[in-house]
Order: sequence, then structure tokens, then C-alpha cells
Amino acid sequence: MNDFNFRVGGAAGQGVQTIGYVLAKTLARGNLSIHLSQDYESRIRGGHNFTDIRVSEEPLYGSTERVDLLIALNGETLERHQAALSNKGVAIFDAESSGREVEKPYEFNVPFERIAVETAENKIFSNTVATGAALSLVGYDLDFLREVLIETFKVKSIKVAEDNIKAAEAGYRYVEKNFKGETALKLKPVNGQRRMLINGNEALSLGALAAGCKFMSGYPMTPSTGILQYLMDQHIIAEQGEDEIAAINMAIGAGFTGVRSMVATSGGGFSLMVEALGLSAMTETPIVIVVGQRPGPATGFPTRTAQSELEFVMHAAQGEFARAVLAPRDAEDVFYLISKAFNIAERYQIPVIVLTDQFLADSYWTIPPFDFSAIQIDRGALLTEAEAEKIKDYARYRFTESGISPRALPGYKDVLVVADSDEHTEQGHITESADIRVKMVDKRVWKTRGLEKEFTPISYGPEDAKTVLLGWGSTYGAIREAVDRLNQKRIGVRMVHLNAIWPFPAEAVQDALEGSEKRVIVEGNATAQLARVIRSETGVEMTVKILKYDGRPITADYVVRKFEEAAQ
Amino acid sequence: MTVTIEDYRGEETAWCPGCGNFGILSALKKALVELQIPPYEVLIVSGIGQAGKLPHYMKCNTFNGLHGRTLPVATAAKLVNNRLNIFAVGGDGDGYGEGGNHFMHTIRRNPNIKYLVHNNQIYALTKGQASPTSDIGFVTKTTPGGVTAKQLNPIALAITLGATFVARTFSGDIQHQVQMIKAAVQHRGFAYIDILQPCVTFNHLNTYGWYLKRIYKLENEHHNPSDLEAAYLKAKEWGDRIPIGIFYQNPQQQPTYEDQFPVIKEQPLVKQPIDPKQYEKLIQDFL
Repeated sequence: MNDFNFRVGGAAGQGVQTIGYVLAKTLARGNLSIHLSQDYESRIRGGHNFTDIRVSEEPLYGSTERVDLLIALNGETLERHQAALSNKGVAIFDAESSGREVEKPYEFNVPFERIAVETAENKIFSNTVATGAALSLVGYDLDFLREVLIETFKVKSIKVAEDNIKAAEAGYRYVEKNFKGETALKLKPVNGQRRMLINGNEALSLGALAAGCKFMSGYPMTPSTGILQYLMDQHIIAEQGEDEIAAINMAIGAGFTGVRSMVATSGGGFSLMVEALGLSAMTETPIVIVVGQRPGPATGFPTRTAQSELEFVMHAAQGEFARAVLAPRDAEDVFYLISKAFNIAERYQIPVIVLTDQFLADSYWTIPPFDFSAIQIDRGALLTEAEAEKIKDYARYRFTESGISPRALPGYKDVLVVADSDEHTEQGHITESADIRVKMVDKRVWKTRGLEKEFTPISYGPEDAKTVLLGWGSTYGAIREAVDRLNQKRIGVRMVHLNAIWPFPAEAVQDALEGSEKRVIVEGNATAQLARVIRSETGVEMTVKILKYDGRPITADYVVRKFEEAAQ
Repeated sequence: MTVTIEDYRGEETAWCPGCGNFGILSALKKALVELQIPPYEVLIVSGIGQAGKLPHYMKCNTFNGLHGRTLPVATAAKLVNNRLNIFAVGGDGDGYGEGGNHFMHTIRRNPNIKYLVHNNQIYALTKGQASPTSDIGFVTKTTPGGVTAKQLNPIALAITLGATFVARTFSGDIQHQVQMIKAAVQHRGFAYIDILQPCVTFNHLNTYGWYLKRIYKLENEHHNPSDLEAAYLKAKEWGDRIPIGIFYQNPQQQPTYEDQFPVIKEQPLVKQPIDPKQYEKLIQDFL
């Protein structure tokens, strides 16, 4: 693979994330493809965090385990990641401040702190020295870094931006002068259209805005907090509730009153929201619920990733009712998929759950600018005030062929909207009638019939391959790359991948699996949840399971390794 | 068009004969008619319990939600359409037990919604268990030896938290309730009314007679509702004498929650059109 992976590591509070982002942005400015992933602990200071910045001239879809250039902000980083260094891998660190000498041939000392103090009079600029040094090692143009540093730091002051540039230049020159070895790859800008560098949470937020989400409520919880924070600054109402129960009840109140509304949380917060999930279903109030998965149960691994909530969100809440579950692949997919989520929520008047995870939420991709004109808004059976006024004796839950009742809003002149969490009549009033109960249950359970026809699994790789790697959600990039690599090794495999799981597109999945002999499920959980869903919905068994539930993302390296192990 | 009591006639009730809820229902309708607010401009968000059924027995926009969760729904509804007159209605179990956290934080937010708590000091829908406002020693099905936990004082709690309008009324006194509800509607901000309500079936301690013997009107004793300290002292009074009326109303107009969102200054959120292209320029931040 013609790609290069930087790894920046250090303690929380040392600026790992800033270096990672600045480096990624600088490389993206040269129209290179980036994938940035973040590994961090649940603490504000200390511990060990790292960010991977993978870069290539070719499109990148996921991360890699191999490290070509390690930027170690402390001695611990060297110890932890040296084994991951590639053949021509280089590790840079500050021997003076880390109190550790150069010990291995691949280690190279750059006195980050001393250079920072000498050029910008403050060791706080050590990180930027390191960034400059790293770019020098791969021979990358310094002008892009200058540009990015100005943009990043001018909000603090011009002086801070200039000091950063001085520090970067000094780090860059130090390497030019003193480094005699070579790195695995030199990186240079390529021609092309400038692309966005954006993470999953940001892309989801932009998608929600484009889809007309006007109300968002949440309660801070990793990995979804970024969505609430991003939307707080926009021209909508974003509200931090006193707890997740308040958050979702607010979003339902907003949906009932007539705007597109959303909550974002993780598994623990969703657990608190479950009763209200049923409220959304019972009152037929559209709502979008983003569940950013992380390893549970209980507090689990607060800052890490998992795909362990699929069956939970499919079955959460008492009673039986229709819902939809979507699982975006990456930052590009989530932008478009979230608008679909809002459309489905309103067309069917149901809760729609969007399953992301920490890997998707925090990872950055370089992608073409989003096409806002491609966003279609479909508000389903929502009545205008004029339309509603014409209806004699309007009833919110009117029985219809489709099971979907025309929806008026409170405040429409001379129209009354009555919604109830109790079993209710067409008018929305409490009832104890057995007959009405049966009709209402049928309405709520079956109204999404046919929706699964809109869900098409993605197929990738040689069509005639008898071996299929099957996955869902954020594993898309890893599986896709694994398919490429296995085919390069002349192992014929193809991928079938789902970004919409419920209602389950059984026919489409069956078609996609047609002719397959070996079916390998790839999931970020311990029990192969999607495999179980596929078996129950289609009768088709997965023959091999590649699972990962250590809190770390699934990479192509992992899939290839496990695939080969299983084949032996 | 004149709004009449007929406009608010709702479904047949399922309350026990003699229930205190009837008085509250009559008073609320009467207040709305006196204020000439048409039903389509009213939204009642109710919880679960006998009180939560109230909007079904009226005729207006209704969201009968989950137990304890009226206030978040009502707050959001107000943010989305600030032209609606929004009431949250629930009982003491709903509001002070299950929903206590929302009570606390809604007071902090001060949305322009009205909160009516039917306080009968017992769980009635579930047939007779202690509530947060049950008197010490009160024997119920879940407190066979009598209630031991100290009675919640929601009036004092609300005042302490900085509520801008705090009142108590009695379901046996329609005129007083109408007066309180009208004052609450006219208050710009979160207006909270605790309504003492006998439960004729399960609470044989706090009966009509019990309340009538004890309650007195604050206005008859020259209470000044803008005096915070006096309000707090009155709130602590519970025993031989129980005050009803407006304990506290902040004399300075406080910003409502809705006031603090610039996006709804010009137009209610619900009236704002959806335009995907509106946000296209945000792409620049990521290039």
C-alpha cells in the first residue's frame, strides 16, 4: 500500500490531539487522503493517548496498525509503540525532556523543548516543533503548515500564530540539518480538488442541519458530546438537559409541536431514554436518536469503541412497535444517511435510531464537499394548517390503509391534536377497548412495511467470489481494504455491508449472499449480533466469525490477519 | 368568537365520585373561558396518575406523556411554538417523586409555562401508596407502620430554587383556583401552583374537612408576594394552619427561557422553513 502512517503519542494534556489535527489538516491541504483516528483514555491529564494520521495519494477508508513515523511526546510512547514500527519506521522524541537517550537505530532525537524555548521563548510550542520536524522527515512542503497554523491559532492572537510558525520552522530545519537516515515514503502535494477534513460527529451534525433538524437535546456523554457542542453554535435550538430522560422527552415535545428533532447519546444514556423511545412510538411522534456506541455494560470503556448495541436498540422498550435502525459507514455516509433518518422518522411517524460508535464519531476522513442540494426533505403526512382546517373532526390517529395518520400540529386554528401514551382511540383519548387495541397495535407494528426495500447492502469486490466478508456500520473501511488486500494476494473475497439494518432488508441480503460458500461476519462485539439477526431473518448462517471487543477499532490489518488464521 | 365553557367540554371522566380532580377541572376550564383563550391555543402536557387524565376531560391540544416527564415535553413545546399557552399537569407522585429532577431544573430555566400539581398526598391510580408529600405517620399500603421519611415541602423548595411564581390553592375552592390559574397565566415565566386535593378513596386523613379546618388565604393576612423572606416563612407553615394563595411572585420581570434563544426572536421555530442550502457555507470550516 502506498500509504504512510504517523502516530503521535503522549499523556493526556500534552497536545496529542492538536498535533494530530494540525498534521492532518496540513497534509489534506496538499490534496492527500487522510484518515485520522484517536485512541484516548477517560482522563484529562496523564495516562497515554495517541492519534494516528494515515495519509495516501489514493483514497483511504480506515486506519492501520503499522506505524511509519512515531512522534513520541514522552518516553512511554516509545516503549508502547516501537513494536508497531515498520521496516523503515522512524521514532522522534526529545531526549532532553524525556530523560532517555537514543537507544535504537530507528530513534532520532529532536530537542522539542529546547528548540521551542530558543525560538518562541516557551516550551508550550514543543508540539509545533514536533509537527515541523515530522513534516521535514517526509519532505513535505512547509507552506501548508504555515497556513494551517495561522488558521488554527489566529483566534488566540497573531503573536501566538507567529510563534507557532517560528517553532515549526525551527523543528523543520533541525531535521533537515541533522537527520541522516531515510523514511519509508516522501510526501508531496498532488493536484486535485480540495476536500473536507471532517470527523463523524461533525459530519452527522452538518447532515442534521441540512435535513432541517431544528431542535437537538442531549446530555454530555462520550462519544456523542461533540454533536451537542457543534449544534449549540448553530441557528437552531440545542439544549443540554438535566439528564437523558429530560433530553429525549424534550426532543419528543419538540417533534410533537412540529419540528425535526434529535437526541445524541451513548449506550448508557440510551438506557435512560428507553421508556421514552416507546413514548415516541406510542404517540407516533417522529424523532431521531443517535447512539454512539462504546463498550459496556454500565460505564465500560468510556472513551473507546464497540458495535455492541445493535440488538439492544432493535429490541429496547416494552411493547411491540415499528422502528428503524441505521448504521452509517463513515463521515461521508453519515451526512447523507442522517437526512434519510429524518425523512423516515416523519414519513412513518416513528423513532429512528442511528448507530454510530467512538471510532466513527472521532475519526476524520478527507471527503469531497457535501452536496447540500442532494438533500431531499420528505415530511410525510404532515398537514399544513390550511389542509388540517378543512378536515372535519380531525383525529390524530385516524385509521388508514397504510397505518400512517395525517399529522396536524398543536396551534393550528380550530384543530385539536391529542396524543397519548396510554392506548388510545383514533381521537387520541384513553381507551380500554380490545378492538381498538388490536387495530392500534397493528397500525404501530406494520406501518413501516416496505421500508426495508429502500435499504440496499453495498457489495464490493469481485462478484464471482465465493467468500463474503459481511459487516455493518463503521467497519466499512476496514473490510473494504481487507477485501482489496486479500484479492491482491489472489484470495477471492467480496464484501456485503449494511448501513441500514432495521427493518431488515432480508431479500436484498439473501440476494447479495447468493452463491456464497464461505460467509465471514466481521463485528465489533463478542456475540456476532448481526449474524444472529441475519440467521433469524433469512435462515442464512455465517460460517466464520471475526469479532473484536477490546475497545479498539477493527482495522483492515486485523481482518486480514484473522481471516488468514481462520483459513489455516 | 366568544369562548364558552362548552368549547372545553371533553370526554366522560373515569374519576371516583367526589374526587378532588373535578374541582380542578372546572376551575381550569373556567379560568380559560374567563381569559377567553380558545382551545386550539392551549396545549396541556400531562403525566401519569389520576391527574394525568385531566386533559382528556377537556377539549384542547393534549400530550399525555410518561409518568413524571411533563416538564421537559412542555418546555420543548414552548421553545418550538411560543404562541401556545402551555400547561403541565400531574400529581404529587408524578411531579415530586418520579419527576423531581425536572421540577428542579425547569424552575432554573423559567420557561413561560404553567405547572399545576394535583397534590393529594397519596398515590391514587396505583391504589393507595405513600407519596413524597404524605404526612409523617400516615399509614398506607407501602408504609404499614406509617410514613417515616420527612414530608417534601414543594412550595419551600420552589421558592428556594428561585421560582418566579409560586402558589397553592385548594380543589374545594373553585373561585380561588380560578384566581390562581389566571394569575399564573398572566405571569410571564414559569408559574407553579400546588393544588391541595382530597382523595376520597385512598386518603382518609387529608379529607375535605381536614383541609377546610386548616387552610386560610394569604391575601387575607396581608402577605406581600414580592417579599421573598416572608414567602419562605409562609411556605414552612403546615399543620394547624395551611396557607393558600400566591406565596411568591418575583416583582422584577425575569427573562423566560424562550427569551434566551435568538433563533426564535422573530418567528416561532415551527414556522421556520427547512432549507438544506442554508447551512452549505459551513463546509468552508472543514476545507
